[in-house]
Amino acid sequence: MGKKPTSSGLFTELRIFFISIKLTVFILITLAATSIIGTLIPQNKSDESYIHEYGNFLYRIFKAINIFDMYHSWWFQFLIILLAVNIIVCSIDRLAAIWKIIFIKIPVFKISRFHKLKDKEAFSSKRSPDALIDIYEKLIARRFAYHTVEKTDNGFCIFAEKGRWTRLGVYIVHSSIVLLLAGSLIGSFLGFEGYVNIPEGSAKNVIFLRNTMVPHELDFSIQCDDFNVSFYETGAPKEFRSSLTIIENGTPVRKKDIIVNDPLRYNGVNIFQSNYGADTPKEIVLAIFSNSSSMEYKKTVRIGEKIDLPEGMGELVINNFMNNYKFKGHAIGQSFFGSITSDKGETQNIVLPVQYPQFDKMRRGNAYISVADFKHSYYTGLQVTKDPGVPVVYTGFILMILGCFVTFFMSHQSICVEVMKKGKTSSVIVSGIANKNKPGMRIKVKKILQQLEKTG
Amino acid sequence: MDSSSLLSIVTFVYGFAALLYIISWIFNKELPGKTATWVTIAGVAGNTAGIIMRWFESYQVGYGHAPFSNMYESLIFFAWTIAVVYLVLEFQYKNRVLGAFVVTLVFFTIAYASLSPNISSRIQPLIPALKSNWLIAHVITCFLGYAGFAIAFGMSILYLIKKDGGPGESRMLSLVPEQEALDEMIHQMVMFGFFFLSIGIITGAVWANSAWGRYWGWDPKETWSLVTWFIYAMLLHARLVRGWHGKRIAIISIIGFMAVIFTYFGVNYLPGLHSYG
Repeated sequence: MGKKPTSSGLFTELRIFFISIKLTVFILITLAATSIIGTLIPQNKSDESYIHEYGNFLYRIFKAINIFDMYHSWWFQFLIILLAVNIIVCSIDRLAAIWKIIFIKIPVFKISRFHKLKDKEAFSSKRSPDALIDIYEKLIARRFAYHTVEKTDNGFCIFAEKGRWTRLGVYIVHSSIVLLLAGSLIGSFLGFEGYVNIPEGSAKNVIFLRNTMVPHELDFSIQCDDFNVSFYETGAPKEFRSSLTIIENGTPVRKKDIIVNDPLRYNGVNIFQSNYGADTPKEIVLAIFSNSSSMEYKKTVRIGEKIDLPEGMGELVINNFMNNYKFKGHAIGQSFFGSITSDKGETQNIVLPVQYPQFDKMRRGNAYISVADFKHSYYTGLQVTKDPGVPVVYTGFILMILGCFVTFFMSHQSICVEVMKKGKTSSVIVSGIANKNKPGMRIKVKKILQQLEKTG
Repeated sequence: MDSSSLLSIVTFVYGFAALLYIISWIFNKELPGKTATWVTIAGVAGNTAGIIMRWFESYQVGYGHAPFSNMYESLIFFAWTIAVVYLVLEFQYKNRVLGAFVVTLVFFTIAYASLSPNISSRIQPLIPALKSNWLIAHVITCFLGYAGFAIAFGMSILYLIKKDGGPGESRMLSLVPEQEALDEMIHQMVMFGFFFLSIGIITGAVWANSAWGRYWGWDPKETWSLVTWFIYAMLLHARLVRGWHGKRIAIISIIGFMAVIFTYFGVNYLPGLHSYG
């Protein structure tokens, strides 16, 4: 009261603020609640679509607090940093307190602690304590890492323990989270993520960064030698495959076919198969079936050039191509578009879906036309990323799994076997303490008692 | 017989088991209880056979993939994991009251898969993004996690209706394990769930990194699984550091399971990479 906060006072206050579990729970609740926002409001869309969706007023408010890219906003990053500081300060504080307990050379046992326990198991043996001591010691030594035998006034006591180090489990988990955050920081400062479309047969060395679309130059170029896509019978895509060559300073240095889930990695840069598309082909072969003469004609047509149809049926031009045309709501795949102008000057639009050769019959013209053949010309859509933080993150993953296992399923267990002389027989009492999973320890104490009972 | 008709039969087997568990609880009779356990075991056997058959069938139609690729298959597997984890628990704790809740949940899960018109049981080809060995590890660990949380949820509800016990307690409630034991079991199940959810998220991240070059993309499903993870992390900290017990833990565990349900079903109504289930 009335004291000016000295620097050490401020430090203490900060420490107390950061070690409070209330802060942890507050951060976890806030992170959980705010993370949800980004799943309800689509992230990183165009400004126009947001204005259309939320109106100008809400749009400005959301924009001001970075709702449209909230996982990268200053306040979300601030929460994550706060969590990291909270975890680090808490862990150091608690670790300092229990360090001496964990790294003790000779564990200390107090018989009074075991006497206070509610759950004790007991039986009486027909043999004297002197006859039991060696057998029991061997049995306990097999089950526990450390044990010690103490003589008492009328018998002996075996103390044993194991898993003292498992008290560190929770700090392994906490350090794994710090590693994950550190790894993601490294990635966001030293890495990049972008896309590039490369037509078959050409090479590129500039990609476009995700969200911002800023061009980014690579130290090498990626050449797409070939691209293939295969389909299931249902029409769903089965596999995309790009044959890539990495070219550095004019010489090819690496060749690999990539598919989804099997990227090419070069110099820390990963190249993933992301999508594909078809460029408009230069020319196609059409089959023209005349209704009046029942003749079928094959004609090669260059896109955008007029040709004369046979039997004086007029002029045809194909001027457009779409990868996935929707006809009355149905996706009918790759289609060509054009028009027919008759001798009388009437113009009719035509649609030629590659997969449906009979489609043009619906026009009810004097001939129907289908696509007989064309050479696909694809471009491959690649995702190009670099993330030097990945090894740190993966180390974090491994530590998290190990740490959770130790924390949840292992415990520091101590046991006390007390044997007292009662006339010619002995009374044996077994009791145990565990820092976690107490029902499990109770079962274990019972099992040990049964084993002791069997030997006498 | 094909896998989906076998699994329809399994649905009724689980339904029968659930009914027996409820009867055994209401009338406090040993025989229906024991029968319920055996019927559940039969259900699990049929469920296992169904999953394996489906795996074979997918090779016969030429797609050849593990049966974890759409909503129908994941529900079938979810039912399987809950039933298996429950049987292990029943064997450990020798109490069948929980079965009335959990096996009913198993029944609803598989019935939803088999009977809902929105869910197709057809074997579909695998889209390229799902063709990875990580798929199996990811799905199995996630669903073990979900199963742990589902059982903790059932126990939490039991905890809340059990109240304090005491002499005025009805006979049905007296068969429910003591609150203290339930509290411990909830904790155990949450730890089990948390462990596997963590591995599930991690295997998903490693897979995403090998398929798309980013281990985390704030996709709605990823984000919701993280929200779930935060909620259960909070539960564990409240319990271990603040010593919260009983009612408060049971309530957080129920909220956590709501998040699990949303992660599983709700997210499919939001846009994202996990739209296949």
